Amino acid sequence: MVLDQPSKDIRRSIISMIEGERRGHFGPAMSAVEMLRVLYDSFLRYRTDEPLWPNRDRLILSKGHGCLALYATLAHKGFFPKNELETFGKANSRLGGHPEWRKVPGVEATTGALGHGLSIGVGMALAGRIRKQSYRVVVITGDGELNEGSVWEAAMSAAKHKLSNLTVFVDYNKLQTYGPTCEVLDLEPLTEKWRSFGFEVEEVDGHDVNALERLMTRLPLNPQKPTAVICHTVKGKGFPFAEGKADWHHKSGLSSEEIASMYDCLA
Amino acid sequence: MRKVSLDSVYQLAKADPRVVFIGSDLGHGVLNGMKKEMPERFFMEGVSEQHIIGMAAGLAMEGFIPYVNTIATFLTRRCYEQVVLDLCLQDLPVRLIANGGGAVYAPLGPTHLAIEDLAIMRALPNMTVVAPCDADEMRRCMFRTVDWPHPIYIRLAKGGDDIVSHEEHGFEIGKAILLRKPGVGLFVTTGVMTQLALRTADQLAIEGLSCGVLHMHTVKPLDQVALHAWLPKVQSVIAVEEHTRIGGLGSAILEFCNDEMPEQALKVRRIGIPDRFADQYGSQNSLLGHWGITVDSLCDTMRNQLRKA
Repeated sequence: MVLDQPSKDIRRSIISMIEGERRGHFGPAMSAVEMLRVLYDSFLRYRTDEPLWPNRDRLILSKGHGCLALYATLAHKGFFPKNELETFGKANSRLGGHPEWRKVPGVEATTGALGHGLSIGVGMALAGRIRKQSYRVVVITGDGELNEGSVWEAAMSAAKHKLSNLTVFVDYNKLQTYGPTCEVLDLEPLTEKWRSFGFEVEEVDGHDVNALERLMTRLPLNPQKPTAVICHTVKGKGFPFAEGKADWHHKSGLSSEEIASMYDCLA
Repeated sequence: MRKVSLDSVYQLAKADPRVVFIGSDLGHGVLNGMKKEMPERFFMEGVSEQHIIGMAAGLAMEGFIPYVNTIATFLTRRCYEQVVLDLCLQDLPVRLIANGGGAVYAPLGPTHLAIEDLAIMRALPNMTVVAPCDADEMRRCMFRTVDWPHPIYIRLAKGGDDIVSHEEHGFEIGKAILLRKPGVGLFVTTGVMTQLALRTADQLAIEGLSCGVLHMHTVKPLDQVALHAWLPKVQSVIAVEEHTRIGGLGSAILEFCNDEMPEQALKVRRIGIPDRFADQYGSQNSLLGHWGITVDSLCDTMRNQLRKA
């Protein structure tokens, strides 16, 4: 899947964030770019000049370490100025290594410890139902994150309450920090797992913008169930030296040459 | 005390549409009235404490005031990270109603004894920690919780305890209640240990030793004004808690002394659970006796302290 210009632009912004402190969760940000981009381009309802607009859709990045991609997307959409991205990780920046609620416009929950976002999303979806509000809740989880038992507690609860206003996007890049998910703690059969927990499930190429758009027009997939979208992705997508490499999960002490080679990939 | 606290949630929910109740896997029929009357605000989510806290956070972020109830050990130990990050870091108005603080579940063994809950909850920024002394005070406490803008840990005792609190004292979060004016000695207490201290003060009064009881229903934020006022006026201070001696009320008082009145620290002694897991079953009272938390031991400690003073 060749990256188009908007996908390259967001990746360029991510590199500009890494450039300042020479560090960041590179791989898990790059695998989530397209799903975030399409969500904000085509699916989510929001007002950048009114980030707390009551009827906005809520997006929780439960894999908080992927926040480089979220920050870049939010800036590109206008939640805050793009030049603020360069402050990432600096002492007085709003943009930390994991996103914080009520600090960054557009960030809907503080995440970073894994396995928290789906439960929070269930609470938000229930709140919308109680108040008869029509907003939708989207939770993006990592795949390594699915090792956490709390995710499956939340999944059972979402299904029990038939939360069709809740959709989980799984960034299934098949690599966690130590190595392949199938070796560290195998998630398969993942689709059947979500289905057996009461979700309507669909798989998609998580870098195929058109496929993602088509799928999102069909949400919720079942009016009586929460939806899980398993996005097959590539960790470090767009950068041949990093694609599918576990040691590109997080990088620090990046050299000027390494930063330059990142930009070269997007030329 | 538990029944009063849950009945209060029902009453609060009737008056305020923001109030919701979340239980784990509580006794059959709990809050049936609320469940029937407002099913959309009653949740029984199963044995999934981590999820329940996150779900409560999500509801609170949308403007609701969730009251979460289960056994104290499961509400603190199992889901500590959710309490820390989802509730305290985001500073959300979620109320944790913790059944069986201290040795209430003595016959069930150490898996069910909340001996360090005050310490680990107190250590968290933004968390408020309360332990009322009887059912009447619990009711007054609950009605003060609705508009408190931070998470609250509410420690329950066994139930059926004597009523020692008074309506006229009211209940204000963070404001201690002087139940008995001190003479030479002062017991500073929380939860049902206030009852033990009152009985001890009666006993010592017979011997001519006049001791007061300062009931700190709120362990955090600590009522520093009350401590400033009363510590210098007495010769001996004994902190009493149904909790490990590490990190609870006694520690909080000594931290206060260290920060504010170092000269007062020498007169403070701590009575609580020794630093070991329970090695007996029996009853709450038998276990407290085994740990030396009795009227007799409190009398001895106070007499010894006053002798040295």
